[in-house]
Amino acid sequence: MSTMETSKNLWVLIETEEGQAKPVGYELLNPGKQLAEELGEKLVAVVMGHQVEEVAKKAIAYGAEEVLLVEGEEYNLYNSDAATFALRTLVEKYHPTAVLIGATNNGRDAAPRVAAALHTGLTADCTELGIDEETGNIAWTRPAFGGNLMAKILCPDNRPQMGTVRPGVFKKPALDENRTGTIVREELHLDPSAMRVRLVERVKEVVESVNLEEAEVIVSGGRGLKSAEGFELVRKLADAMGGVVGASRAAVDAGWIPHAHQVGQTGKVVAPKIYVACGISGAIQHLAGMSGSDTIIAINRDPEAPIFDVADYSIVGDLFEVIPAMIEEINQRKA
Amino acid sequence: MNILVCIKQVPDTTAIKIDPVKHTLIRDGVPSIVNTFDAYALEVACRMKDNDPDTTITVLSMGPAQAMTALKECVSKGADAAYLVTDRAFGGSDTLATSYILSQSIKQVEEKMGKVFDLVLCGKQAIDGDTGQVGPELSEHLGRGLITYACDVVVENSEFIAKRESDQGYDRLAVSAPAVITVVKPAYKTRYPSIRGLQKAREMEIVSITAADLPLDLEQCGLKGSPTKVRKTFTPTHEKNGLRIENERGADAAAKLVSLLADAKLL
Repeated sequence: MSTMETSKNLWVLIETEEGQAKPVGYELLNPGKQLAEELGEKLVAVVMGHQVEEVAKKAIAYGAEEVLLVEGEEYNLYNSDAATFALRTLVEKYHPTAVLIGATNNGRDAAPRVAAALHTGLTADCTELGIDEETGNIAWTRPAFGGNLMAKILCPDNRPQMGTVRPGVFKKPALDENRTGTIVREELHLDPSAMRVRLVERVKEVVESVNLEEAEVIVSGGRGLKSAEGFELVRKLADAMGGVVGASRAAVDAGWIPHAHQVGQTGKVVAPKIYVACGISGAIQHLAGMSGSDTIIAINRDPEAPIFDVADYSIVGDLFEVIPAMIEEINQRKA
Repeated sequence: MNILVCIKQVPDTTAIKIDPVKHTLIRDGVPSIVNTFDAYALEVACRMKDNDPDTTITVLSMGPAQAMTALKECVSKGADAAYLVTDRAFGGSDTLATSYILSQSIKQVEEKMGKVFDLVLCGKQAIDGDTGQVGPELSEHLGRGLITYACDVVVENSEFIAKRESDQGYDRLAVSAPAVITVVKPAYKTRYPSIRGLQKAREMEIVSITAADLPLDLEQCGLKGSPTKVRKTFTPTHEKNGLRIENERGADAAAKLVSLLADAKLL
């Protein structure tokens, strides 16, 4: 464990896969910069992957003053042991004051392991970051109880202060290719015999890609679609809007669409630019997964549906009339 | 095979309401349940036992005495042994302290059994705290291999093979015993208690483990052993006062909405 006195700099972990950065890493450079400035610290990006020098350069263009670059084939596809080893070793070497990590499945896999190994505090799935005025610690704000409660959490006595942050909550900072910064290469290789988890195969299902976390437009359907045939309307609207199809738990449980499309507490947490909720009443578990969206459009026949409380645009009406008309209107505008 | 499933008793968050005036959680009358994801983990374990009857399932929970009910429910569904880790000194533990206490308890149970659990299964997260950190932290304290977010686990050639969802499909990951795996919702349903199981649950004496039973550094337990401190809690406000289109024909409502979206440059 590093002491309060020796710890310095604010880190953002940039996760990559097959050479590509997950967007949340760049997004975190935005609050990272702000926190680093308020604390009078340097913003450092940790880039881990295989052949990811371009990502390191981009991190600087997005505002990192320094990049710690960890490259190797073992970092090409996520390996829990390799990622944990590398991050832990770096923290023990440099003693950052705080580490921000994207709350992807991989980030939420490695971060707790590193926190436990270093015996420090980790706050999960933050949706808001700031500095606690009284103590100068990072104030990590996160939802709990399925989104019913928000908690502001501090890690006052241990370093580094660690947190995972939900993708899509922060916008990427402005890209400036003229920014300069240092790239420090770190040769970190875990002995292969210490890798306990092995990737047997990566199965790419030929069905449509369901990358809900990174989608800019999501059109989701719920119980109000009434049948698998009805659910087709959601797909058509998603096509017209250039979006990805999401679903409420009710639609998934009814078997209209696979679980990979589920948005909400037991599915994915999303924050697209536009979220269209069709025939979704808006149970708190669903709201927990989508209320961070920039613009929410809700279509429902029940005027009391809780989804309308979070919607920017609401249509109270029969979605079987509204959605086909919307598709027609949108297609006409495109033509 | 020897499997341990970690269980948390939680308030059914789907039944929690917000006090509209005080903006606080109304917890009175909210039923306590076995955390949904832990129930999935138990189901995964029960399926492994279906395939290999020579499997023992142990359930372990940290919590107050009333968590016995949750453990008994697990026994009624197929668990063979149950432990409750309970002590006032554990109250207020964050995920680091909780995973430390759990890891010491697990090692203690293993020592008594004279063997190590081949697999420790946890739900991906508890539906009250929603952190998802205890499973991975536990693997680190125990020094065992970890796979998170598995939607299925099977045994193949004496390795655990877990299916983990990815953006384009899924990964098949292998880990040797002893390991820790956290599970998401599987494609199958969880089972109901059996008549025999219910009887077994009624008769079974659940073993309590307290701080005095464990080799523990109490400085690492409870509130004082928790590096994270809750500064304050508040209920989120969702009220947005968005624009509402009502009492119009479907086609008119749609035309109005699309035109509004176009004006806001959202199309």
